[in-house]
Amino acid sequence: MGWFASPSKLRAAGVLGMNRRNVQCILRYNKRSLYPLVDNKLKTKLAAQQAGVAVPELIGVIEHQFQIKTILALIDERTQFVIKPVQGSGGKGILVIVGRDGDYFIKPSGQRVSADEIQRHASNILSGLFSLGGRTDQAMIEALINFDEALAQYSYEGVPDVRVVVYRGYPVMAMIRCATHSSDGKANLHQGAVGVGLNLANGQAICAVQNGNLITQHPDTGHAFDDLVVPHWHAILMLACGAHEMTGLGYLGADIVLDKLHGPLILELNARPGLSIQVANQTGLLNRLKVIDEICNAEARTIEERVDIAQQRFGY
Amino acid sequence: MKARIQLYVVATLLAVIGISGALYKNISLGFPLWPGESRNVWTLQSKINFMPTGDPIEVTLALPEQHGNGIIIDENFSSSGFGFVINEEQGRRYARWSRRDPNNKAEITLHYKMQVVHDNKILSEPPAPEGSPAKPRTYPSERESLRAVYDHLSEMSGTDASFTQLVLSTLNAREKSQDVSFLLSLNNDDTLAVTAKLLAYRGIHFQIVKGVYLQDGRRRANYAQLLEIYSLGQWIQFNPETGERGLPDNFLIWQRGGISMLDVIGGANSNVEFSMVVNTVPARTVAMMQDLSSQATLIDMSIYSLPVEQQGVFKTLLLIPIGALVVVFLRVIVGLPTSGTFMPILIALAFIETGLFAGLPMFVLVVGVGLWIRYYLSHLNLLLVARVSAVIIVVLGLMAFFSIASYKLGIDSAMSVTFFPTIILAWTIERMSTLWEEEGARDVIKQGGGSLVVAVIAYGLMTNSIAKHLTFNFPELTLALLALILIIGQYSGYRLSELYRFRHMVAVQHKQRGQ
Repeated sequence: MGWFASPSKLRAAGVLGMNRRNVQCILRYNKRSLYPLVDNKLKTKLAAQQAGVAVPELIGVIEHQFQIKTILALIDERTQFVIKPVQGSGGKGILVIVGRDGDYFIKPSGQRVSADEIQRHASNILSGLFSLGGRTDQAMIEALINFDEALAQYSYEGVPDVRVVVYRGYPVMAMIRCATHSSDGKANLHQGAVGVGLNLANGQAICAVQNGNLITQHPDTGHAFDDLVVPHWHAILMLACGAHEMTGLGYLGADIVLDKLHGPLILELNARPGLSIQVANQTGLLNRLKVIDEICNAEARTIEERVDIAQQRFGY
Repeated sequence: MKARIQLYVVATLLAVIGISGALYKNISLGFPLWPGESRNVWTLQSKINFMPTGDPIEVTLALPEQHGNGIIIDENFSSSGFGFVINEEQGRRYARWSRRDPNNKAEITLHYKMQVVHDNKILSEPPAPEGSPAKPRTYPSERESLRAVYDHLSEMSGTDASFTQLVLSTLNAREKSQDVSFLLSLNNDDTLAVTAKLLAYRGIHFQIVKGVYLQDGRRRANYAQLLEIYSLGQWIQFNPETGERGLPDNFLIWQRGGISMLDVIGGANSNVEFSMVVNTVPARTVAMMQDLSSQATLIDMSIYSLPVEQQGVFKTLLLIPIGALVVVFLRVIVGLPTSGTFMPILIALAFIETGLFAGLPMFVLVVGVGLWIRYYLSHLNLLLVARVSAVIIVVLGLMAFFSIASYKLGIDSAMSVTFFPTIILAWTIERMSTLWEEEGARDVIKQGGGSLVVAVIAYGLMTNSIAKHLTFNFPELTLALLALILIIGQYSGYRLSELYRFRHMVAVQHKQRGQ
């Protein structure tokens, strides 16, 4: 095998390229005006709540500097919560609190944080310290997700999340992204996280890929991916499909986390999901998109029906 | 599909308009499609040396004149510490340097550099002389000899021209008559002075032509003189040393007539020396300069009708579509990651100013140091606008530092860092450092490297002489470029980088199928 695959072989494998994704999926099905809904986490959350799509609970929003004093009242007696910028990117500016000790708050690292520091952090978020372009931002406080321990062993330092690509309302491909030591706790595949392709039929792992190479076990925790089965699989697919109704985006990536108590929750939506999910599944997207294009125009279907069809057609 | 057909129609239309416009210009108006033949452009440097006497200094240098055989494309003067003006007196141009500095007694050197095309065809006639030539001043002792020589030569020649030639050959002959030898010794062996007296006896108008013999790589050359007489309505040149008639092929005329080439007041031992090199430049460039100065009817409605400075701006601006094409091609077809879509073009434009070999290391150096400083600034928790502003100031400081350091070290080229637009550098640094924080160093190297590769390729194409020639002379070809970009814009096939990225998938699938 040389350095490059021949285009005809890639086409035979049904690999979706960036240009085709941009022209035929994003430009055609994702209207520009819908982007703010997914780029702004608060709007996503409010729309989700309205549509009845499960998301982490919203505790409160701070829009203006003068509201910062009210932050403690918003938090009230809660011991676990997250403060994050509404338009932040790359995970910057997210403050996670896992417990309380008297007047102090405790970070996951065990470090104690005073109420003053929490207010200052919120103030920094508002002034745009963490948002791209330095725009003034809003801070939102949401409930901390209690990760399902079934998956914790497949991730190092970070949180595994399930990415489902939804095309015209049908789930077409899914993977779970596991942070590694070399990805620095981040779940981006090109930074060294492990992508595990998931069988749409049952949520079982198909294969695992790190940096483009097939692997069998997690490089840090040593757990074999063969046994990996994502629980609540049907609910996850239902949730992802619901995001299509909610946003109107024809090609979207739904990032879903599993909460111990609440089950699957949508963490984030992406209007331009990347192509690495194909590598994690070792399968091209193109053929699946074609299948959807064929069956899509026939009749309007409910979420339930769409998930069923996808599970039948794309499962193993 | 409808949109696609529309796109092809628009693209075809644009391409047809652009290409037919270019063809019309080529066929009907005679614009050459290729850079074509080149002309020799001489870079001539004149060096004026003198010792100041302590009095106020005034140096006057006659500049090449309009009736000469040179087209001046560009000229520069060095005038450090001097007041400097260019005067025009009676149709002649003079450069005048002046200074009042009694203490400085070191030798002074002044420079005048010009780029000139030598072309004997453009020679024009100075106005005909008026009145009869002035009677020459002669020494009483030489009058008899002059008369004898004059009578002798007059008998032998019919026309003024043949008389002049005869005078010169007689004065330069190895075997001289007694009278001729006497005349020369009385006039300090100055052939021209004796010739002048003899010509005045005959009533011929004449003047001295000063100029330079062009020869590539010549240094410390002195100016040469020709003798020019007015006869039968035209000026005829003679070489005073050989009597040869006509203008020598490589003689660049500086001054026709006039009193002196160089006047130095307040200085002694003054002289002017010339050094010269020749460069090959496309004929078009030269022709354009000529057309501009004379007539521009054919090209009245084109970029050529703009002032030369604006033309220069357009020359650069019209290269941008080529850079855009490179960016589109490398991003869509090849899939090179770049930071910012058009940053590479701006970097390429900067490289055009600095030259690639000086520009590339300077760019990497400034951005590298800037990144490091930006890293420190990020610790101070500044807002974005303040942070970018701070980086701009730091970049300015860096540029000043590198310029001064390189100047002191004697590396001229490094000073060209100032050609980089400060804002571009600052933004590049800001962008790179954001990338660094969000995605890590790998992405910075990937995108930064990608941008530089695109910039270098764009630079290569934008400095290509054919590309330069075509964009400047056929701006309508930009429409064809636009069509090409539109066509690439709907390409939905694989990128070259994807053939690499997904190469394992094909292999795996083959394996699976094989099992």
